[in-house]
Amino acid sequence: MRAIGIILAGGNNSRMRELSDKRAIAAMPVAGSYRSIDFALSNMANSHIQKVAVLTQYNARSLNEHLSSSKWWDFGRKQGGMFVFTPTITKDNSLWYQGTADAIYQNIDFLKQSHEPYVVIASGDCIYRMDYNKVLEYHIAKRADITVVCTTCEDQTEVERFGVVRMNDDGRIVEFEEKPIVSSYNTISTGIYVVRRRQLIELLERAALEGRHDFVNDILIRYKNLKRIYGYRTDAYWSNISTVEAYYRTNMDFLRPDIRNYFFRQEPSIKTKIDDLPPAKYNPEAVVKNSLVSSGSIINGTVENSVLFKEVYVGNNCVIRNSVILNNVYIGDNTRIENCIVESRDTIRANSCYCGEDGIKIVVEKNERYAL
Amino acid sequence: MMKKEMIAMLLAGGQGSRLGVLTQKVAKPAVAFGGKYRIIDFPLSNCINSGIDTVGVLTQYQPLRLNTHIGIGIPWDLDRNEGGVTVLPPYEKSTNSEWYTGTANAIFQNLDYMQQYNPDYVLILSGDHIYKMDYEVMLNYHKANKADVTIACMPVPIEEASRFGIMVTDETGRVAEFEEKPEKPSSNLASMGIYIFSWPVLKEALIALKDQSNCDFGKHILPYCKDKGQRLFAYEYNGYWKDVGTLGSYWEANMELIDIIPEFNLYEEFWKIYTKGDIIPPQYIAGDAVTDQCLIGEGAEIYGEVHHSVIGPNVVIGRGTVVRDSIIMRNSQIGEDTVLDKAIVAEDVVIGNKVTLGFGEEAANVLKPAVYAFGLATVGERSVIPDNVQIGRNTAISGVTTAEDYPGGILESGQVIKAKDGEQA
Repeated sequence: MRAIGIILAGGNNSRMRELSDKRAIAAMPVAGSYRSIDFALSNMANSHIQKVAVLTQYNARSLNEHLSSSKWWDFGRKQGGMFVFTPTITKDNSLWYQGTADAIYQNIDFLKQSHEPYVVIASGDCIYRMDYNKVLEYHIAKRADITVVCTTCEDQTEVERFGVVRMNDDGRIVEFEEKPIVSSYNTISTGIYVVRRRQLIELLERAALEGRHDFVNDILIRYKNLKRIYGYRTDAYWSNISTVEAYYRTNMDFLRPDIRNYFFRQEPSIKTKIDDLPPAKYNPEAVVKNSLVSSGSIINGTVENSVLFKEVYVGNNCVIRNSVILNNVYIGDNTRIENCIVESRDTIRANSCYCGEDGIKIVVEKNERYAL
Repeated sequence: MMKKEMIAMLLAGGQGSRLGVLTQKVAKPAVAFGGKYRIIDFPLSNCINSGIDTVGVLTQYQPLRLNTHIGIGIPWDLDRNEGGVTVLPPYEKSTNSEWYTGTANAIFQNLDYMQQYNPDYVLILSGDHIYKMDYEVMLNYHKANKADVTIACMPVPIEEASRFGIMVTDETGRVAEFEEKPEKPSSNLASMGIYIFSWPVLKEALIALKDQSNCDFGKHILPYCKDKGQRLFAYEYNGYWKDVGTLGSYWEANMELIDIIPEFNLYEEFWKIYTKGDIIPPQYIAGDAVTDQCLIGEGAEIYGEVHHSVIGPNVVIGRGTVVRDSIIMRNSQIGEDTVLDKAIVAEDVVIGNKVTLGFGEEAANVLKPAVYAFGLATVGERSVIPDNVQIGRNTAISGVTTAEDYPGGILESGQVIKAKDGEQA
């Protein structure tokens, strides 16, 4: 491959509510068996990018645990590899990453010491499959300075979460608005960029000199009339999980056969850290309908229209509906859970009831775990 | 090379012919077990959990699946700078070249492998048992007794004792006598085929008996050691241990895993069993599916009914299909409105719609009545079964079968079909 990869995984979002208390969004468990960052990492590996930097900042414990070995994504090679960069104090700088551009700038040696001509920048909070080579080919064909991967935002009320772009007939971006309150357009940036490595170094150094730190505002928007910034349109499934509602919806999307086939049954596959858990076990009273169940789970009760992550224990006579139960949750007998996201490592007491009335309820319950 | 206190030699070369079509294309240790694992995962996990990081795996019969599975030992943490797992196939020598002709002969042919670690003890294991055992406890027993050989044994019901190698011990646990499959057993301590040898004793015995044909531990090495007056001890083990050498015991051991609290519990944090987990996605249970007492592996999609069964990874079970008391191994696809009753379906099998697998009364198998018994219908890997056929009990099917192979759409109980293999996908 002619590119190196950078994954921005430092972010947090208050719209994740309690879910981001203990982890960066990139470490959010997704679709039963995965973590959000697996998608960007697997796309990089599957696009034959051999050298990837993951930039972390916000509560990276969970993320670091997940990234403890690069072998799961096949990055543990003699050439290339996976590098995790957290902010450090240096002779010249003692600040945190002050923005996306600054995060990359603070690790500019990584860019300078590479020899690959291009850089693919992606974020760790999006669920999609993509062959970045296709974007790179487009980038080269358009003789672009920066290529931004764009998609259509189906829900106009969601547009305000994203950068909204307008392209001319050639695909060049002529307008770019970051998180507009209202917009008449619905083409949005996916936060995936391709840029020539030397060009990126130059842009970052200039931004740093001017005290500018944000990749979108200070580079894409500021330079859009000066540099050839192109949009690459994709219609494939793409979802950003950085609000509770989007996170819930994305997990529920995997109950659809087309989405499951697209992500689970096509090569090259999405890789993740292997956990060595036994198969899921269904005891005699278990009733499971239209749900995803992950390994290590033991089910005694009723589960409907839900996504169960790994090592979930569902007690007798429980009813779980329209809910997302994260890893390693123990649910005591006779408990009812509806329209909830249950935080990982929770222990839910027997005979309790949690229902999201208007919207999704997030359940964080740290009780003593009963002896099984 | 760094000295290792104890290394393990795992005998994984046997065909396991009593598993019939299940081992037609793979060695027994590579046969899938428990909805996720392969049989060899149990001794390999026991090794690493017991602190043994040097394991030689002796292969001979159909080793491809086994080699792919073991690789460099990553899943068991056996990828080591020194030691780790080494696959040891038979090899050509400058003087006499031969296959492994017996369990002890196989170990003898790998003396150099063992010698390079200069171990104090060698643990001999076989790759066809389901159990969790701390070999370190057994080693401590070996040391405390100043034993030359320690043989792991377990008490079996006396009426079954005549199927095993039986140890007669004195009150200290020292072996006074063996009886190989005795008609009238004088003890119920059965050998589990797990031995710890002090290295000099093993080496001496292997060299002394190197010209013994089909040299075997039970038949030759142990009697030789005993006749020399060496200290042989029986180490009594009382945990779960299952020989899965026959279709009946293989089926039973799988079914025991789905008890509400199974005697052999895979869900304990302590003493995990590791395997090569290459299938990642969660399983999907559809809106009209039934999952009633079963184990289901990663990536499976269940649209039909599953009762009291073990379903492997990536298996698809179609709408209207009912699976009962059966084992289905990874990547197999079962059509719609099909019935499986007491069936064992190996990997990558395709079964059509409206098929009945396992119906009617039992009848003795015409080809191998002792192998295809227990009322099971067994389907070998990469087999194909067409739509609308009915298959009886104590049957075996392998290869790509078509409607012509089933006269009148029926395969009677006790019959066998061996069809040609299809193109491998």
